[in-house]
Amino acid sequence: MEIVLSPEDEAFRQEVRGFLAEKLPPDIAKKTANGFRLAKDDHVRWQKILHARGWMAPNWPAEHGGTGWTPMRKHIFDEECALAGAPMVIPFGVTMVAPVIMKFGNDEQKARFLPRILSSEDWWCQGYSEPGSGSDLASLRTKAVLDGDHYVVNGQKTWTTLAQHADWMFTLVRTADTGKRQEGITFLLIDMKTPGVSVTPITTIDGGVEINSVFLDDVRVPVANRIGDEDQGWTYAKYLLGHERTSIAAVGRSKAQLRKLKAIARAEMSDGRPLIEDGDFARRLAQIEIDLLALESLVLRTLYAESAGKDPGPEASFLKIKGTEVQQGLTELLMEAIGPYAAPFQPEAFREDGWNEEPVGPDYGPALAPLYFNWRKASIYGGSNEIQKNIIAKMVLGL
Amino acid sequence: MSFALTDDQRQLADSIARFLDDKYAFDARRRIMAEDRGWSPAIWAEFAELGWLALPIAEEHGGLGGTTVDLALMMEHFGRSLVVEPFVASVVLGAETIARADEAKATELLPAVAEGKMTLALAHGEPTSRYDLSRVGTTAAPDGKGGWRLSGHKAVVLHGDSADRLIVSARTGGAEADRDGITLFLVDSAIAGVTRRPYPTIDGLRGADVILDDVSVSGDAVLGPVGGAFDVLEPVIDRACVALSAEAVGAMGATVQLTAEYMKTREQFGRPLGSFQVLQHRAVEMLSASEFARALCYRAAGAMDATFGAERSRAASAIKAEIGRAGKMIGEEAVQLHGGMGMTNEMAVGHYFKRLRIIDTSFGNAAHHLRRFATLG
Repeated sequence: MEIVLSPEDEAFRQEVRGFLAEKLPPDIAKKTANGFRLAKDDHVRWQKILHARGWMAPNWPAEHGGTGWTPMRKHIFDEECALAGAPMVIPFGVTMVAPVIMKFGNDEQKARFLPRILSSEDWWCQGYSEPGSGSDLASLRTKAVLDGDHYVVNGQKTWTTLAQHADWMFTLVRTADTGKRQEGITFLLIDMKTPGVSVTPITTIDGGVEINSVFLDDVRVPVANRIGDEDQGWTYAKYLLGHERTSIAAVGRSKAQLRKLKAIARAEMSDGRPLIEDGDFARRLAQIEIDLLALESLVLRTLYAESAGKDPGPEASFLKIKGTEVQQGLTELLMEAIGPYAAPFQPEAFREDGWNEEPVGPDYGPALAPLYFNWRKASIYGGSNEIQKNIIAKMVLGL
Repeated sequence: MSFALTDDQRQLADSIARFLDDKYAFDARRRIMAEDRGWSPAIWAEFAELGWLALPIAEEHGGLGGTTVDLALMMEHFGRSLVVEPFVASVVLGAETIARADEAKATELLPAVAEGKMTLALAHGEPTSRYDLSRVGTTAAPDGKGGWRLSGHKAVVLHGDSADRLIVSARTGGAEADRDGITLFLVDSAIAGVTRRPYPTIDGLRGADVILDDVSVSGDAVLGPVGGAFDVLEPVIDRACVALSAEAVGAMGATVQLTAEYMKTREQFGRPLGSFQVLQHRAVEMLSASEFARALCYRAAGAMDATFGAERSRAASAIKAEIGRAGKMIGEEAVQLHGGMGMTNEMAVGHYFKRLRIIDTSFGNAAHHLRRFATLG
């Protein structure tokens, strides 16, 4: 049930494929295929290659250096990149903060930040969640007090993905305690090299260290780094979250995972036959594939509505829920596919700088159980799936 | 079968709970996992002293002759405290295999196992055998002098990294998937030709792949009848499935409890998570799954000592399938209800989740045991 492309779009697909075959560094593609961790340099190297081709920002308007692609072309591009094993472009800069800067930032901010996002000179991270403010984000307590032409910021952010690499953090801080909680929040851009910013890694259940606590201790942030108006940050944050939810569906990546799962299920044996011929496994694999087809269909409908000028709106929440359910379902079958070899924990085999030994068990094995455990985060982050359901109940069904 | 515990069993459960609460709290466990072997020889000696290693071993082999229900009680508490000692490997699998295979060897060796002076590991699974017990590609050939030469690859041998002796299954006849023609050998893990590739497992235990390269053993190394190992192993593995299920029951109970406690204290939107009805119902689903699994588990434990053949195997598969499904649901929901905190290594909940998922991959996952249950019916 492949989507039938126009001859022009088919030519575009071939063009993307040719580009990937020629330009994607094989060492990076190999790491991605085996589920290895990528170093900062791997991401930056790839993003600079995309930038050189003018393909770094498919979601940006052409005036700022975007591609001007139709939704279908963006979709084709994402899918081809994922299938070729290209790293996911780190979303915090180009996908998340950049649209906010474009819509609500001033000209000076646009000129200062957007080109450096496009060229991957700056690595961004997201300072939203706090220890006491997860699903209830508006309860955040990190405080910013105006002192001359600076804000003095104190507080703690948490679950900050890849903050250890970041040059900048976009963050929500509290500037007023009166009125509705959503009304006293301000959107600040913080230079991670500012005195008083410290980053502490948090080890997750898969043994990974991609998330962090970010402590802010009397951090002085120029007022010039405030986006829009003081106390209006919640509006900008919500705008950003809508964008996050469409991209979080990650259809291309799930298609690549499905292909990998099928290859593994053909290689693994169960009762003397390939696992993919096992009736129970085949049925569950088929169900995931159908879910993914439905997801892709709704993503495309949403993208087309967006290109016709409609905001993603609360329907984007469906994409976040189903997208993460499909991703988690795939990691579950991937782990199950290797049977008892899910147990050995060999992080050396998928660490970013490689390993000289052969792993115990199949080459594709060591990363799979950690991936399953790590990916439980997907139904928690970006607004937990429970919060998405609240949004749909309220905004779509009017309950 | 009885559905109530005896006074002795209650006493046993209380004393295990007290000991583990005292010496196997979450932080203590973390220190134990960091020891060389990944478990604690000091705690192991205390287990022996308390008679816990002897409990499931027959009296004539130096044990206490406990029932499978006694064993399940102990395993439930081990699950509750996430015990990482090599009890399943050495006693539930190792001692029981020798006891069923070879009376003389059992009399000779099991007292040392019961006293904690010798540890065993069962090296049966192979890289492509998955959950099929009869699929053995490792070979044993007579050396012409009364001994044997073993070659093959044994996969994911639980505590195979530190065990003093390995019980190795090898094919002495028949084709790769035949039930007949499998023979057990007792192999000193330090002898020439045995290579162990040790690793921690993702759930905090230890294991090893064992490669046998033309390993020479004497005729005395054979355990039980030549070619007859399948009929020894199947009932051993069935009982081990029940023991692991009891461990899962303990882990599930602790997971539900931790989650309910978290829901009472964690506030969002100005009220505890536990006050949201939709979350209450999810916690109740977890508790329900845990309670039904516990009930079925003790029924299966009773069946291990009272039934034989297909009926016994069905009882084992029923509970192993049940805890596979329930453990996955409970573990995933517990992490979800803990939010980001559930993803962190510092919280116990993630460690229960990992153990529950790896128990499912041990000796047949839920899908495997559902099919086996249906096939045997």
